[in-house]
Amino acid sequence: MTHAAHAPTAHYTSMGLDSRKMAFWAFIGSECLLFGSLISTYLVYKGRSVVGPYPHDILNIPFTSVSTFDLLMSSLMMVLALAAVQRGDMKWGKIWLFSTALLGLVFLGGQVIEFTEFVHKGLTMSTNLFGCTFFVLTGTHGAHVAVGVLWLLTLWVRALQGRLGPANAMTVEITGLYWHFVDVVWIIIFTVVYLIQ
Amino acid sequence: MKSWLTTTDHKRIGLLYFWTAFVFFLLGGIEALVIRLQLAQPSGHVVSAETYNQLFTMHGTTMVFLALMPLSASFFNYIVPLQIGARDVAFPRLNAFSYWVFLLGGLFLNASWFVGPLFKAGMLNVAPDGGWFGYANLTERQFSPGPNIDFWLLGLQILGISSLAAGFNFIVTILNLRAPGLKLMRLPVFTWMTLVTQFLIITAFPVITVGLVFLMFDRFFGAHFYVHGAGATPLLWQHLFWLFGHPEVYILILPAMGIVSEVLPTFARKPLFGYTVVVYSGILIGFMGWGVWSHHMFAVGLGPIADSVFAATTMLIAVPTGVKIFNWIATLWGGDIRGTTALHFAVGFIAMFIIGGLSGVSHASPPADLQQTDTYYVVAHIHYVLFGGTIMGLFAGIYYWWPKMTGRLLSEPLGKWHFWLQFIGMNVAFFPMHFIGLLGMPRRIYTYSPDLGVSDLNLVSTVGAFLIAVSLLVFIANLWRTRSRGETASNDPWGGATLEWSIPSPPPVYNFSVIPTITSRLPRWRTELHAPMQDPPATPPGPIHVPGGSWWPMVAAFGLPLMALAPLTHTLWLAFVGAGVLIVGIYGWAFEPFEV
Repeated sequence: MTHAAHAPTAHYTSMGLDSRKMAFWAFIGSECLLFGSLISTYLVYKGRSVVGPYPHDILNIPFTSVSTFDLLMSSLMMVLALAAVQRGDMKWGKIWLFSTALLGLVFLGGQVIEFTEFVHKGLTMSTNLFGCTFFVLTGTHGAHVAVGVLWLLTLWVRALQGRLGPANAMTVEITGLYWHFVDVVWIIIFTVVYLIQ
Repeated sequence: MKSWLTTTDHKRIGLLYFWTAFVFFLLGGIEALVIRLQLAQPSGHVVSAETYNQLFTMHGTTMVFLALMPLSASFFNYIVPLQIGARDVAFPRLNAFSYWVFLLGGLFLNASWFVGPLFKAGMLNVAPDGGWFGYANLTERQFSPGPNIDFWLLGLQILGISSLAAGFNFIVTILNLRAPGLKLMRLPVFTWMTLVTQFLIITAFPVITVGLVFLMFDRFFGAHFYVHGAGATPLLWQHLFWLFGHPEVYILILPAMGIVSEVLPTFARKPLFGYTVVVYSGILIGFMGWGVWSHHMFAVGLGPIADSVFAATTMLIAVPTGVKIFNWIATLWGGDIRGTTALHFAVGFIAMFIIGGLSGVSHASPPADLQQTDTYYVVAHIHYVLFGGTIMGLFAGIYYWWPKMTGRLLSEPLGKWHFWLQFIGMNVAFFPMHFIGLLGMPRRIYTYSPDLGVSDLNLVSTVGAFLIAVSLLVFIANLWRTRSRGETASNDPWGGATLEWSIPSPPPVYNFSVIPTITSRLPRWRTELHAPMQDPPATPPGPIHVPGGSWWPMVAAFGLPLMALAPLTHTLWLAFVGAGVLIVGIYGWAFEPFEV
């Protein structure tokens, strides 16, 4: 049996909303509590480190602004990817999917550079409370971006194989939901951690 | 065998949940019996202090995460799709994944009883020993150097994934797979309470996950989330834990409340009194459950304002709970009552839960709570709500739905013996704990002095615990007897109003030969406005597609304990192997042909 891009059976659902999409919204709700707890902890522990380096010694706002812009642009690419897949334009669908993943990878690269630099400047997870909360919060976000990149690349490969078409638009839409959510979380982290010191 | 390992059928997964959770329930019970043996007399020497700490920690952890939650889950799995007229859950393979993760997480936690030598611990058992709420900073590496707490924090993270996956699955199942005409306000109360419980699960579990992740980084990577000297506060753990922990209490009790709301109307031959109010009370409890967590922390000294607010919210949450109790009593009032075992357990639930609720309100008041904190009074309270409440409710469900799940009725005379022994046993075991606590015996201390004046009461409590054990032996005998000699159940042995009784016992793999259309809240009963529904025909009019099994959920599930073994054994490559297995499992799952 070929499991190539066959149209998903249009199941009847009581709420008229695709089941996978509904599950994903529930998942995003759950993730809000996860990041909510992490961000709250960051705020509760803000200014309580007893030794440096402190945030203002070490955070590089211009550099991270570029990363943030990069991630915002990846969301734009994601929107374009979904639109292309929905209208059946798989040439641009592939391009935009790959660009989204690429910008995600650039963001991750930025995070690797940032983390390495911080460690060189003496900030590790065991240095102080800022180190603990910063690395676990931004690290958890980075892990989410990494999962998203893997997911987008998988879709891109499927598209290259010709197994992703307008019939799978819902899959791309759900990927987009995840990607935009991870992006929105970053906007909050960027504001809370970097901009409001 | 293969068909069970690869099954995605919600009914089979429900049975797997039941048997696995029941074994863990017996294990937690044996742990309790050893605790009671140790406390039967002052200065007892049955176990060492270290082993005692492990026993009460694992008793609590096992009962909450490996017995009560998955026993409820067995009914979510088996009964909810039947009550909403569905052929399966929304994501059958995710459902199988939840089960395997639960099983592996439970085995991972309990492996700690035997692997001491591998960690050169000097004793066989290195089970978690920090209490089921594992207060920081006692759980930091400095104060708990062994692998005990590591098993606990890694095991709970694994189990959390199981609950979360099931949570998303059942929310979508209940909202999206209802039979035509089954509006939300026509859902059976058990299904409603399941829905509320799932929302609590998907919001509460991320919070404890974060708390556990912090603890993991503290213990393995030298972070300072709960280290006072670094400027941190161990109170962060308490807030994160109880932000999860109090909703968890409702995760444990709401399903039992749902079961009772099914059993009472059936055996009183009356619709549930005030259905709408019962449903809204359940939803309200779900919301208010998020606003009471600091009543677990009155002794911390959060200040008069925080204490007052949490005292008030805690007393307020008793209101919707009380509303439900009056509705259940009113359901019985004037009913045509049949005194089945299931009804006995349901009424026992109401009585015992009232006692537990009242002692609960008594420590909603901070001045009273300060006297009760960390004493046996609290132990008495939680056992009245979780044993007298949840377990009584679950047994009501077992006696009620066993014929549906297995096709055979449990013996009623044995069931009555089981009920009365358990009912008397639990009161003998737990009621004296109120006095033991008020007389000053602290919980979680492995022994006590004869001068405390609680020796006789403790002996009585131990006798009660063994009565409960005897009652469970009667139950097991009943299960055994029913296997071959139980009376065969018809579609509807009780005259139930809900959809699960319209199909054979046990149901065929496709559940409903024809998906029914629902026009009433009590579809199988005659009401003033509605004639009873037509039961679906015995043979389906056409072929029905049933999804086949899959190995991938189990493969993916195996990745998680492998990853958890990596920090435990300080073996980095295991983390990569575990992640690899998980990824292979997920890709196999995503790309295999599988049509729901």
